[in-house]
Amino acid sequence: MRTETQIPDAAGTLPTASTTAIVTGSRVRPRLRRAGSSKTRRRLTTIGLVALLAVISIPFIFPTLWMATSSLKPMSEILQKVPTLWPSDPSFAAYGEVFRLQPFAQQYWNSLYIAALVTIGTMLVAAMAGYAFARIKFPGANALFLVVLIGLLVPSEVTIVPLFRMVNAMGLINTHWPLIVIPIFGAPAVLAIFIMRQFFLGLPTELEEAGRMDGLGRWGIFWRIAFPLAQPALGAVAIFTFLKSWNLYLEPIVYLSSKDMFTLPQALTQYVDAYGGPMWNVQLAATTLTVIPVLAVFLVAQRQFVQGLAHTGLKG
Amino acid sequence: MTSTVVEQTTRTAERSEGPRPRRSAAVRADWIVGYTMVAPAVLGALAFVIAPLVAVLWFSLHDWNVLANTFVFSGTDNYERMLADEGLKDSLLASLWFSIGLVVFNISLALLLAVLLNQKLPGTTTFRTFFFSPVVVSLVAWTIVWSFLLQADGGINGFLSLIGIEGPNWLRGEFTAMVSVIVVQLFKNVGLNMILFLAALQSVPEEILEAARIDGAGAWRRFRSVTLPLISPTILLVSIITIVGSLEVFAQIAVLTGGGPGNSTTVLVYYLYQQAFRFNDFGYASAISVLLFVIVLVLTLIQWQTRKRWVFHEN
Repeated sequence: MRTETQIPDAAGTLPTASTTAIVTGSRVRPRLRRAGSSKTRRRLTTIGLVALLAVISIPFIFPTLWMATSSLKPMSEILQKVPTLWPSDPSFAAYGEVFRLQPFAQQYWNSLYIAALVTIGTMLVAAMAGYAFARIKFPGANALFLVVLIGLLVPSEVTIVPLFRMVNAMGLINTHWPLIVIPIFGAPAVLAIFIMRQFFLGLPTELEEAGRMDGLGRWGIFWRIAFPLAQPALGAVAIFTFLKSWNLYLEPIVYLSSKDMFTLPQALTQYVDAYGGPMWNVQLAATTLTVIPVLAVFLVAQRQFVQGLAHTGLKG
Repeated sequence: MTSTVVEQTTRTAERSEGPRPRRSAAVRADWIVGYTMVAPAVLGALAFVIAPLVAVLWFSLHDWNVLANTFVFSGTDNYERMLADEGLKDSLLASLWFSIGLVVFNISLALLLAVLLNQKLPGTTTFRTFFFSPVVVSLVAWTIVWSFLLQADGGINGFLSLIGIEGPNWLRGEFTAMVSVIVVQLFKNVGLNMILFLAALQSVPEEILEAARIDGAGAWRRFRSVTLPLISPTILLVSIITIVGSLEVFAQIAVLTGGGPGNSTTVLVYYLYQQAFRFNDFGYASAISVLLFVIVLVLTLIQWQTRKRWVFHEN
């Protein structure tokens, strides 16, 4: 076994594919001849595995599907004992209520523009810091990098009390400033800085030298060469920063107090009737409205999305 | 550390041809660009991470009631109170159960899905999309939908009644509430870990698996003796990330169970939130913050300590 494993190493990386093909090729034949029924057995295994995957996927997709279709149902049908997937008499009535009961459009806009600003800001701050830490030799770089890295050790919940005090003292309670500025510059951005640094460490130096030959300064090299080349890493940073901001819950409920300032996660929990009971059809309509845009983007750009997140790769 | 960097820079400057003063001016200009580029991140870390961290340590030594506007140095009172606090003990236990449950189910399911998707089966791209889609669904939206499905007369029990089982009131039983919180979080995030495992599985060299096959190893044996050891670094890394992430769970608890029934799902962060923003006891909340920080710190240090071994293993 040990000698077998060493073969590809000795052969190097390029020829391995063909070597394997030869090895497997010579072995496929006798096995096929040995058992004629193995083909049908393999097909049965395939069907079984696909069926297994289909069953497992139910709890992943049913809640979202059911949410979207139930938002079109009247209350009585939502409360039916055995859930139906498709409404018998679809109606958009609940969607009207969503906007009547709360400034939902405003809340939607709040979430969107906050997430957009945080994403753009994080990309800029993280790209610059990541680039400088990876590529520029300046005294104290290591120490400063350590200062930044401490953010990885500090969950934002740990600092919520002092940050609340700080925001309060600055008179910024019930404004969006803390939800924008703290994520861009604080602990949530550290992972982004780390990812960007890892990416720039792996960028070939020749590209920068070519830029220098063309008379570019440091900033020129960064903006014209390094930054555009960092698209995969920037994409990953953008995806997870946006999702994080879009999902933020603790910070908004701590910092915001009036309904027209609320963000979506907070707003969604406010659809209750006069007795404090949830208004399910309205709530499901509202949740559907918050899920659709991100889910749509994901379904369209599925490949880039998944690869982008796999790229953040924890491995680096 | 600083001086060695300077030395290195000047040494390269000396070695290079060309007039020395111009070179060192260029080096200095480079430094300035470096400082400018890291300034936002460094100042941000000082203002929004380091300073609050020092502040929370300081606050934790005070008896501080926001409503009464009292801020009195009380030494280690808050920490002594922690030792006797049953509610805190409950929340630590809740966090422990949540983390253990989540990690065990998350890792096994993510691995199972990754292995299945790594087979050359029809429709794997579609299934990958299915399993990953909850990751992009807004967290509170996902939790609200599940809270509806998990009610006593909700959808889950409706399905169970079809096969003649009368389901429990999931969110009202201590044990079932914890299970529910874990399950909701599990399906929300397992797709991410699945992707990481899939990447690891695809980096297992075909040749080694083929060699094992030639030696007569069956599918299970190949998985256990070849694949599993080769992807173990990823498993360990994903476990620790999942544990640390599970300590920060808040929105799911707030929306799904509100910490109940009793204190059964009041995890540490939820308890911290209650102490600070419900009971306005900022001093005690700060002490709990310090405890949370220490737990995360210890877990992360373990990760760093063992990380070297994984990296070595990976190469």
